[in-house]
Amino acid sequence: MTHRVSRSRSLGQHALLLGCVSITCFPVLYALLISTFDFQQVFIYPPRLIPGMSLLENVGLAWSKVNLGRLLTNSLAISISVALGKTLLSILAAFAFTYFRDFPGKNLLFVVILITHMLPLPVRIVSTFQLMDTLNWVNTYYALTIPFFASATGTLLFRQFFLTVPASLSDAARIDGAGPMRFLTRILLPLSYNNLVALFMVEFVYMWNEYLWPLIVTTSNEMRVAQIGIKMLVATDAQAEWNVIMAGVILVMLPPLVILLLTQNHFMRSVTFGQEK
Amino acid sequence: MEGRFPNRTLPYVLIFPSIAIVAIFLILPSLQALYLSFFEVSPFGNRRIFVGLGNFREILTSEAYRSSLRLSLVFAVAVVVLSMSVSLGMAVLANKPLRGIGFYRTFLLWPYALSPAVAGIVWALLFEPSSGLMTYLLRLTTGLSPNWMMNANYALLVIILAAAWKMLGFNIVFFLAGLQNIPDEMVEAAQMDGASRRQTFWRVIFPILSPMTFFLFIMNSLYAFFEVFGLIDVMTQGGPGGGTEVLIYKLYQDGFISIRWGYASAQSIVLFILVSALTLLQFRYAGRRVFYA
Repeated sequence: MTHRVSRSRSLGQHALLLGCVSITCFPVLYALLISTFDFQQVFIYPPRLIPGMSLLENVGLAWSKVNLGRLLTNSLAISISVALGKTLLSILAAFAFTYFRDFPGKNLLFVVILITHMLPLPVRIVSTFQLMDTLNWVNTYYALTIPFFASATGTLLFRQFFLTVPASLSDAARIDGAGPMRFLTRILLPLSYNNLVALFMVEFVYMWNEYLWPLIVTTSNEMRVAQIGIKMLVATDAQAEWNVIMAGVILVMLPPLVILLLTQNHFMRSVTFGQEK
Repeated sequence: MEGRFPNRTLPYVLIFPSIAIVAIFLILPSLQALYLSFFEVSPFGNRRIFVGLGNFREILTSEAYRSSLRLSLVFAVAVVVLSMSVSLGMAVLANKPLRGIGFYRTFLLWPYALSPAVAGIVWALLFEPSSGLMTYLLRLTTGLSPNWMMNANYALLVIILAAAWKMLGFNIVFFLAGLQNIPDEMVEAAQMDGASRRQTFWRVIFPILSPMTFFLFIMNSLYAFFEVFGLIDVMTQGGPGGGTEVLIYKLYQDGFISIRWGYASAQSIVLFILVSALTLLQFRYAGRRVFYA
């Protein structure tokens, strides 16, 4: 009897969860559906819910219309660079803050890095653009990557993790005659694997999805990024070709999605870890 | 000292790259923004006229700015409340030990990887005035067929839905992590003492979860104020008739379309005050328990 009750309750929970999943998935599934239509099928009334046959053709059209190959390559290049740069710089800084005897100015330097939290791009966008102009960096990869390299989030995350690593490990390394850099690369980094992967993913997704800065700081179509490609697809015709636009959108959303799905276990573990005191 | 290396210069070398980036690309431009906010800059940038607090006076008195501020507040409150409450409910459901729960969790968190611009264009499609599925369903059920590209209130509603939907994945990840950290014994003890499921949730689970809720409140607010630019740019471009021109969009318009750099810099100082208040709150109350910006 109790068995049957719990079983029907779990069926109810499956139904509720399916409802939730449909909310998070439906809009994108609908976009996918539209991307398989030809131009006429988009405007059928009432709306058609059976996939069409034109997906590849639409992908080809979107690809050639706004030079999507180039935009995706740019996005890939800047997202990987920024994710690597941020991860590397924050590991080095966190290592310096946790594994050395106190040095003069340590607290001040730590606060300076934390300040990045208070200065997101929107609060300094005009003057940062002017700085790019002064450096002659407008419309270059430098402008799209280097200003993003510092990460308070990453520094805090790694510092927090390093503090939980037993001190006996670095003592042992020292007694064995290993220098700090050897200890970092041979012992600490392998231990930090979950956090490394999680931070790389978070920063990759963040940079891939960045919109305002690339819009402002790039001026030629060769330097545009995938997010701006969405706007370019919408703007090419008077009558929006939703099937072609959605085919392009699917390509634009795919890379960060793949990375998220590949790393989600590390990510969940890292999040769960991050909130312990 | 236990576990620490004695090197004197190495830590400075290791910190230097981060500090250099912060100093050159964050602190320096922020000071420059403050400086510029006291000037009127000619469109080609070659002439600067000192106007004192003139730009700030314009912000305080301009009806356009005030309506953009009001709009941003309405938008932010709606997005934060809607997205957080829906995702808390979803996270509670996804926290149950069920067969296939991993499958559900994956599909609940995946909007995390989507950009605001992608969310915007997908929702623009759903509500497309002539052929969109939501427009069709709305017409079928209510007989109404409003056009959000013409009606400012309706446009605001659609961008709120799109922006709130995009944050579901992020919020669910963190709520779920928070829920999983609550020891089972605590919940069982409450139920043993005769608490109903509703009481268990509101009296036991929700209070334990509050640091996470607070952290998410801050992150969602920052998102609703600053990161929705792409969403608005692909959906409404601030229209119709300025009806969706939130602060960040107005800053872009004044700074990079009208090239009023002094006025735009003053606006960015206002945003800075907003961000500082939010992040100070975060450090003060959520402290160091949760990360990921």
